[in-house]
Amino acid sequence: MTDMLFTNARLIDPVALTDSLGALLVRDGKIVDVYESAPDANGATVIDCGGKCLAPGIIDIGVKVSEPGERHKESFRSAGRAAAAGGVTTIVTRPDTIPSIDTPEILEFVERRAQADAPVHVLPMAALTKGRDGREMTEIGFLQDAGAVAFSDADRVVTDTKVFSRALTYARSLDALVIGHTQDPGLSKGAAVTSGKFASLRGLPGVSPMAERMALDRDIALLEMTGARYHASQITTARALPALERAKRNGLDITAGVSVHHLTLNEMDVADYRTFFKVKPPLRSEEDRVAVVQAVADGLIDIICSMHTPQDEESKRLPYEEAASGAVALETLLPAALRLYHAEMIDLPRLFRALSLNPARLLRLDAGRLLAGAPADLILFDPDAPFQLDRTKLLSKSKNTPFDGARMQGKVLGTWVDGERVWEKA
Amino acid sequence: MLREVCILQIPTSNAQQTIDAPSRTAISTLNRDKGPIMTFRAKHLLGIEHLHPTEITTLLDLADSYAEHNRRGVAHRDVLAGMTQINMFFENSTRTQASFEIAGKRLGADVMNMGMQASSIKKGETLIDTALTLNAMHPDLLVVRHPHSGAVDLLAQKVNCAVLNAGDGKHEHPTQALLDALTIRRAKGRLHRLSIAICGDVAHSRVARSNIMLLGKMENRIRLIAPPTLMPSGMNEFGCEVFENMEEGLKDVDVVMMLRLQKERMDGGFIPSEREYFHRYGLDADKLAHAKPDAIVMHPGPMNRGVEIDGNIADDINRSVIQEQVEMGVAVRMAAMDLLAQSLRASRTPQGQMV
Repeated sequence: MTDMLFTNARLIDPVALTDSLGALLVRDGKIVDVYESAPDANGATVIDCGGKCLAPGIIDIGVKVSEPGERHKESFRSAGRAAAAGGVTTIVTRPDTIPSIDTPEILEFVERRAQADAPVHVLPMAALTKGRDGREMTEIGFLQDAGAVAFSDADRVVTDTKVFSRALTYARSLDALVIGHTQDPGLSKGAAVTSGKFASLRGLPGVSPMAERMALDRDIALLEMTGARYHASQITTARALPALERAKRNGLDITAGVSVHHLTLNEMDVADYRTFFKVKPPLRSEEDRVAVVQAVADGLIDIICSMHTPQDEESKRLPYEEAASGAVALETLLPAALRLYHAEMIDLPRLFRALSLNPARLLRLDAGRLLAGAPADLILFDPDAPFQLDRTKLLSKSKNTPFDGARMQGKVLGTWVDGERVWEKA
Repeated sequence: MLREVCILQIPTSNAQQTIDAPSRTAISTLNRDKGPIMTFRAKHLLGIEHLHPTEITTLLDLADSYAEHNRRGVAHRDVLAGMTQINMFFENSTRTQASFEIAGKRLGADVMNMGMQASSIKKGETLIDTALTLNAMHPDLLVVRHPHSGAVDLLAQKVNCAVLNAGDGKHEHPTQALLDALTIRRAKGRLHRLSIAICGDVAHSRVARSNIMLLGKMENRIRLIAPPTLMPSGMNEFGCEVFENMEEGLKDVDVVMMLRLQKERMDGGFIPSEREYFHRYGLDADKLAHAKPDAIVMHPGPMNRGVEIDGNIADDINRSVIQEQVEMGVAVRMAAMDLLAQSLRASRTPQGQMV
């Protein structure tokens, strides 16, 4: 493999939190070094970035690839291509498939499928309890040996605290990461939207934003008890932030994420029962959205994810309460997140801290950085290029995006995985 | 431009005067000889939310005249002659379905009732497929009731006939609000600057939502009275006063609107028991004494006597207008279907070009 020299690049460094012009040399799929001014090419292929942004590839925790079970919604091939086009170089897949990924055998199937079809890195999560039923923990050790990077029941909550505390204790002994969904199951039962004026106006069953705080409080107490490594997949309300802050200050091994939808949309976007805006947890009030964006900028919330959830038309074209939750977002993650940059709520290095560096740290990967020795998982993008999203042009098999017709800024020009170009803008 | 002028030329109060001596010709003049009534342009009647006060007044004026004609036994079988009306009720209903059926028949429509509980949805057909199937049969008016909020809006997007919402989940029930408004206007002589209490199970009530919107648009003072477990959140942001106590809430109101306790929509634990609910929130003579002496009592039916309302109050002909509400229901539905049919005809004849 010949060397590659990226010149004239606006380097987004989430470690040093800098945004400066420079060059970057890649050899054998690794970053050799970063330079302020371009060195001699020495036979390397020169890629002139034209002053556009070069950043570590996005690591997206919590992507649903609907294999096994619902391949008509998304496959490793389609999700992998969508990821590459969206600047996502690593997808961390969810276990909420049919059947759930809860045995090493199913996990091996997933890895084999991913290896064969996906052009980006795929790291699988496994279920925390068998069948995601919340009754018995899975074979965490075997699953870890087979390559599971984290354990989660996805959008289900283990309601039995005894079962959950045992799973956390056992996971701690293996230093396994547990990812939790923080929604009190009692309060949020049957809810389709966040309670409040909008829910009342539309006559839809709502859940109080307090349901998130309650579940987070419970999980924090169990962490204090067990000392496990824990990541809250989506923190979306202002009320939950002080609890998270306190837990971090008390030295618990806790991190938190948020989906890009909760950072860029609010409950009013549902308008006249637009089911493409139905996600789990439901979209929040504008006050909550702004508070959560601020928490990402401050570093209290560590990770931005897509919560990519493919749903076909049949699951969405239903009355709002009956419609399936979730939205595809691998391809819209970056342009949507850039809305925060254009609104001057966050700068690019801090954005990539949440998109690339922090997920890498959480999963103990050496990716997510523009440093010598790191894998050459890179994206080149123009943060300002405007476009209007046409959902029919998405590479995902399912087209359930809330951003259809939206005016967005930010196009991925190229994506490299281990130094191999996997996406080039036509 | 022409349309704007028409609005100015036919103020709604005049419209009522033209039918001072109600006759079939008067209604015809109002309805059709001047072309479509320009103050009602909606294609569907999905809710009160998107109606303009002028449209509400237009509809009520027409309904008022139909009410008089209904009393005198004058039918208008030419208004919807040749049109097909399909009543699709995905939820049990006796009174609303009967009311729509009678309204359609009095106007000459061919009315068909589809009991949706027993049909293809049981075989797994989606709402949209049901809508497309029906649409292929070219109905003109589709009357829909559905247990899920927003389902009627969804259906209306997929068909090219006029859709009337006969109640969707906990969202809206526009014809009920319109018939309540007409009842109030006839009893009180006006539909503005009244103090109106809406009491009971607001949380599960689409009737309450439509009424709050309609009465608010017509500039009335709305007081909501309910136990906090049955009060949806954020109601004070709709410009309503919220009370937890019946005596305080009913003080000096002109209209007392009771709501049915919707036991079938409850998943438990909203109230401790029916007898405690009746004691604290049921309308009886003692509580009604706090309202104005001439306050009227309304209920959308069917009533749970002894739960939200004392039977004696419901039957008191000096206070209760509950039977009148049922009567106005037919008139309002006739008016709504008449106006929507006109919009439909106008949209089907391509002559109305904008200049």
